[in-house]
Amino acid sequence: LAREKLTEDDWEEVEETLLAADVGVAATTQIVNRLRTQSLVLATASGLQLRDLVVRELTAVLGPDLDRTLHTSRHDGRPAVVLVVGVNGAGKTTTVGKIARVLVGDGKSVLLGAADTFRAAAADQLETWGERVGVLTVRGREGGDPASVAFEAVRTGTEAEVDAVLVDTAGRLHTKSGLMDELGKVKRVVEKHGPVDEVLLVLDATTGQNGVVQARVFTEAVEVTGVVLTKLDGTAKGGIVVAVQRELGIPVKLIGLGEGPDDLAPFEPEAFAEALVGNA
Amino acid sequence: MFETLSDRLDKVFTGLRGKGRLSDEDIDATAREIRIALLEADVALPVVRSFITAVKERARGSEVSAALNPAQQIIKIVNEELVGILGGETRRIRYAKQSPTVIMLAGLQGAGKTTLAGKLGRWLKAQGHTPLLVACDLQRPNAVQQLSVVAGQAGVDVYAPEPGNGVGDPIAVARDSIDHARRTQHDVVVVDTAGRLGIDAELMAQAAGIRDAVSPDETLFVVDAMIGQDAVTTATAFQEGVGFSGVVLTKLDGDARGGAALSVRHVTGQPIMFASTGEKLADFDVFHPERMASRILGM
Ligand SMILES: Nc1nc2c(ncn2[C@@H]2O[C@H](COP(=O)(O)OP(=O)(O)OP(=O)(O)O)[C@@H](O)[C@H]2O)c(=O)[nH]1
Ligand SMILES: Nc1nc2c(ncn2[C@@H]2O[C@H](COP(=O)(O)OP(=O)(O)OP(=O)(O)O)[C@@H](O)[C@H]2O)c(=O)[nH]1
Ligand SMILES: [K+]
Ligand SMILES: [Mg+2]
Ligand SMILES: [Mg+2]
Repeated sequence: LAREKLTEDDWEEVEETLLAADVGVAATTQIVNRLRTQSLVLATASGLQLRDLVVRELTAVLGPDLDRTLHTSRHDGRPAVVLVVGVNGAGKTTTVGKIARVLVGDGKSVLLGAADTFRAAAADQLETWGERVGVLTVRGREGGDPASVAFEAVRTGTEAEVDAVLVDTAGRLHTKSGLMDELGKVKRVVEKHGPVDEVLLVLDATTGQNGVVQARVFTEAVEVTGVVLTKLDGTAKGGIVVAVQRELGIPVKLIGLGEGPDDLAPFEPEAFAEALVGNA
Repeated sequence: MFETLSDRLDKVFTGLRGKGRLSDEDIDATAREIRIALLEADVALPVVRSFITAVKERARGSEVSAALNPAQQIIKIVNEELVGILGGETRRIRYAKQSPTVIMLAGLQGAGKTTLAGKLGRWLKAQGHTPLLVACDLQRPNAVQQLSVVAGQAGVDVYAPEPGNGVGDPIAVARDSIDHARRTQHDVVVVDTAGRLGIDAELMAQAAGIRDAVSPDETLFVVDAMIGQDAVTTATAFQEGVGFSGVVLTKLDGDARGGAALSVRHVTGQPIMFASTGEKLADFDVFHPERMASRILGM
């Protein structure tokens, strides 16, 4: 019979690593309990082995086999439509610019829709991104109806036969029901042209436990298909996506690694888990 | 969504009512529940640790009063400790003896600095000042324009001599803004800066350069109430990199518990001066420690 060779200090260290990365109490407790069982079965003896086990378990929680591809190809004679949503300042507009850059690099034609008609200079910011990566931006009147702008953008993209239309939306806190209704309307109005292919929720890696609530409410409103985890180039580990994945099953698809057009990368569960656990 | 601390403690103390003094086991069980509540509120781990030590110390020494049940008593202690850390003396903006007073804003990307510049502008104007907003974010696409728009909404002037989007030297703009403010008789200068990461040495040096160019009377660290465990690392990096004299907590109109308030206050010792509570320029208030304590505890 295998006996526990790891000390309580080892376990405390694992727990603190996860908590310090914003994985949260519930997910951390579950992971640590499962690891304890596994370590007994595998007769894990050293802290180093334990670290590998943590990485493996975290990777497993993140669903390594999930489909994380972005649906951005024309289909049924229509452009793919991507809607980008999230709370204020998370990195939506920047992410739209970066995704456009990747698509243009792949030889695709892209159109941007500036459905943030609220924040000061938001449409200009998106248009600047468009110019940077060489794509056009459809914009509306300041303070105008965001759903109409989104509708117009998709209509224009359909006529121009582009591959993808990327719609940027205004930042909104999930607690503001009026703004969440507005977002739902943006999606419904766009769907008059056909189904939306991707709804990307942008989550800032520095976000704490509120991230799960954000993901839950946004997905109730507009059926999020994937998360983009931004600002991972900082010191934050972004562990909240572990809880998001575990509770809601929404996969992270992309990560943001800076403010430049090329600072976007696919999400790789194992590399993410390695970085979260660190070298300690 | 989370269980409140009072619910948790009530469970711990079921059947304990009127027991006189809390045993060590009671206190340990209590400490575990407080720890979970604070972690769920995003209070940073090292801060949780020292906070709990302080609470345990007090709980051990205190007599369980007849009027309050043990749970209520502990909550009272936790609440008092929280308010103690968050509050201290409430500090107002320190105005310079000789105009202009300079307020510099610094923080992570997307925290709410530019919006805050507009809010401060509006607020200062209402108090009879003539603020000038200075556009030193020459990096983020259309940040200069964004500041100009919020200045317009606030009905205050803006100094934006450079177009930004990568063009212009923020340190030079900051330096020139002081002369400009004197010439144009503005008595408060609010310097908006680009968002930057704590570990970005180059941009942190730029922030220090802006600081040295304007010698701020107040440097406000702007931090998103939704931030999690990274609050300590980031606050420390800004304190070492630029230094700050006050904190502004933003996006408090959401439902994040805002444990960062405790973390930042605890590790930097700097007071939280203002709360930002919405996207509109009027959504701005001085900071209320008692409200924040109840919020962190989920009450
Ligand atoms: N370091 C870093 N900064 C980022 C990243 N993504 C975005 N940013 C910065 O974060 C700030 C906010 O980005 P935006 O794209 O404007 O965010 P948003 O969600 O569109 O904001 P709102 O529309 O105001 O809600 C900007 O300063 C961006 O340059 C990232 O991956 N890393
Ligand atoms: N709900 C809410 N939104 C806020 C608050 N303060 C700012 N915002 C929003 O947060 C987003 C980012 O605000 P900015 O003022 O652009 O933030 P910043 O720190 O200047 O961002 P960078 O310059 O890119 O670093 C915008 O959508 C603002 O409208 C607040 O208190 N509540
Ligand atoms: K990181
Ligand atoms: Mg935006
Ligand atoms: Mg700004």
